[in-house]
Amino acid sequence: MAKHATPMLDQLQSGPWPSFVSDIKEEAERRHKNENNVEFQIPVDVCDDLLGILELSYKDGTTHWKHGGIVGVFGYGGGVIGRYCDQPERFPGVAHFHTMRVNQPNGKYYTTEFLGQLCDLWEMRGSGLTNFHGATGDIVLLGTTTPQLEEIFHELTHNMNTDLGGSGSNLRTPACCLGESRCEWACYDTQELCYQMTLEYQDELHRPAFPYKFKFKFDGCPNGCVASIARSDMSFIGTWRDDIRIDQEAVAAYIGGEIQPNGGAHAGKDWGAFDIQKEVIDLCPTECMWLEDGKLKINDRECTRCMHCLNVMPRALRIGNDRGLSILVGAKAPILDGAQMGSLLVPFLKVEEPYAEIKEIIEGIWEWWMEEGKNRERLGELIKRQGLAKAISAIGSTPVPQHVQEPRHNPYIFWKEEDVEGGWERDIADYRKHHQR
Amino acid sequence: MAFVSSGYNPEKPMENRITDIGPRHFSEFLPPVIAKNKGTWLWHEIVEPGVLMHKAESGDEVYTVRCGGARLMSIGHVRALCAIADKFCGGHLRFTTRNNIEFMVETLAEAKKLKEYLNAQKFEGGSHRFPVGGTGAGITNIVHTQGWVHCHTPATDASGTVKVVLDELFEEFGQMRMPAQVRISMACCLNMCGAVHCSDIAILGYHRKPPIIDHEWLDNLCEIPLAVAACPVGAIRPTKKEITTEKGETKTVNTVAIKNERCMFCGNCYTMCPSLPLSDQTGDGLVIMAGGKVSNRISNPKFSKVVVAFIPNEPPRWPTLAKTIRQIVEAYASDARKYERLGDWAERIGWERFFEKTGLVFSEHMIDDFRDPAYYTWRQTTNFKF
Repeated sequence: MAKHATPMLDQLQSGPWPSFVSDIKEEAERRHKNENNVEFQIPVDVCDDLLGILELSYKDGTTHWKHGGIVGVFGYGGGVIGRYCDQPERFPGVAHFHTMRVNQPNGKYYTTEFLGQLCDLWEMRGSGLTNFHGATGDIVLLGTTTPQLEEIFHELTHNMNTDLGGSGSNLRTPACCLGESRCEWACYDTQELCYQMTLEYQDELHRPAFPYKFKFKFDGCPNGCVASIARSDMSFIGTWRDDIRIDQEAVAAYIGGEIQPNGGAHAGKDWGAFDIQKEVIDLCPTECMWLEDGKLKINDRECTRCMHCLNVMPRALRIGNDRGLSILVGAKAPILDGAQMGSLLVPFLKVEEPYAEIKEIIEGIWEWWMEEGKNRERLGELIKRQGLAKAISAIGSTPVPQHVQEPRHNPYIFWKEEDVEGGWERDIADYRKHHQR
Repeated sequence: MAFVSSGYNPEKPMENRITDIGPRHFSEFLPPVIAKNKGTWLWHEIVEPGVLMHKAESGDEVYTVRCGGARLMSIGHVRALCAIADKFCGGHLRFTTRNNIEFMVETLAEAKKLKEYLNAQKFEGGSHRFPVGGTGAGITNIVHTQGWVHCHTPATDASGTVKVVLDELFEEFGQMRMPAQVRISMACCLNMCGAVHCSDIAILGYHRKPPIIDHEWLDNLCEIPLAVAACPVGAIRPTKKEITTEKGETKTVNTVAIKNERCMFCGNCYTMCPSLPLSDQTGDGLVIMAGGKVSNRISNPKFSKVVVAFIPNEPPRWPTLAKTIRQIVEAYASDARKYERLGDWAERIGWERFFEKTGLVFSEHMIDDFRDPAYYTWRQTTNFKF
């Protein structure tokens, strides 16, 4: 018998999509049965009370979680989000319900051994509820009490060799696409670079010293599967600068209908026979492709590497060999000054150990942002306030046309005194010799 | 419930303390066929909905079976996933950025058997545990935020709205009949932990009532200058006010005053000051945005645009939300060209036609009036359609 009646939530048990309500109910039941004789360290009815308070929100249309509290583990300024409910008498099991962010392995591959250990830990010391994964990429452990925080951290670091993720005004847990591990389009090893940058900047990740949050995301190609261009202050997107590799036999096989276009992604509807002119050549945004004697030709110098032709014909076209990444900066969601997409800062960099150039760019940007950024000003907002040219100069780089979609619309150029011959100091008496008052 | 120590000694927190170690290296977790062929994949294909095959230079093939999951999952559910991975995949599995789960096997026969197995698993309430799909030109899992389950600022629930929309679109998860992939995302307030602002379809929780001011407590709980500075439209100013306290005393307190007509309900003040709550049963609800994308394919990445200014919260099943999203999806599916993302379709036919074809109603709320970028969204040409 459930502790709280949840008639509204119960209506989310039907319908085909996996029901989180059914899942939480099962977990509540498992905790009560406790077949493994676990010494629960937080209330046994935490899942019941979570359903209870959620039902209340469904009834009254508002949240019942209070503003966060400052809790954490010793020496870290992030990784734990304090959470208390505003109805602790009715729902004591979730009176404290803190979240812990655990740094996910890059690419989100797991062994069942690791997940099993994590489940055991979270069964005993937490609610048994998780997010796989949070939006930034962490494993999110939802709901525990203050006395358990150090215990969980101890077990994570000692028994699982795993650390907490970021929260607050620090480097947030970096995330990447699966990259070279299972994708033919990865232009660099996203997992390795993400891992190395995560380790390099552990201090920035755990000890908030920034004006606001800062996110790194690593996409292996311009398809952007981790959406770095939309949601990371610094976005690393794989690209190449030589020629797309063409297998003309495979091109012919696509033209002949032997291979399904786009890896079979459109198989659910009859779109008619594949037409390379209409589906590839005419859709190329730079019009840099054509057919000649049944062979596909590409003027690679004009290609902007949008990925469309490679996506449509993965067996015929492959990314170039001179690979690296572009860096874009300043993406963010609308809070506060409106949404921003990442702006191109570095057109091309090779990705080579020990990643010295990449670190220099990161640190140059941080130095500028920490010096000039206002409290709670994201990098993108600083760039808007002071101009992209300042960001380019912060990394000691030279402006190139690639930095802009088009040149400025107004001539309001902030000339510097040293740029103007003779400087700005002038004598009014000299001026008046030739110009009467 | 006796306290069980992990070995941590609160008297000596630095004793044997391990910090700053980061995550485990990913190579510890890769399935053997993935580790072996890393960096040498040649091409891939979607064999059938939910099943991908990647071919490596070595000739090796890996078959990936993808299934959906509620991102809010219990350890019981995770253990069930592990049991499947142990049974079929040598103890390996992975999660995708969009909260799907991927099981990798080495033959098509195993993949088909696994797919069948996954599709057969159901909760007692009737819903699937591990529905297979989410590939190609279809509708995959909806990424989302915490909502009423665990957050202090939401204007709606996230898990519930996502559940009802995916129930509505369930058959699209398991098939690939769309002109291109349709990425749907959900954020339960404007903070957008889910960064939904570049999605084909975005569901966004939104407040519509300015903050309530808890005058008696504000100066104790908040830094007034921070609350003032938090407002992007300059609607908040410091003030003194004579109040009657909960105990019935009259006193003058330092607090803030708000010009309600300036408020656009971003909630940033509440983030800085817990004495300025915004949430409200009738004030709160949903915005639908459409036409964004993050990929650079064919056209540049673009922001989603507001196409429905407000849908009321209708828990538990948000019928208007589900119906409206279905309307957008159907109009797109029947009218867009192959490879055309929702936003590219809307731009090609014109947004005036988008409203016509989707049956959504355009209103003044869809005309941007927030700062400079607004101007660039108005029509500075005579090129429009009647």
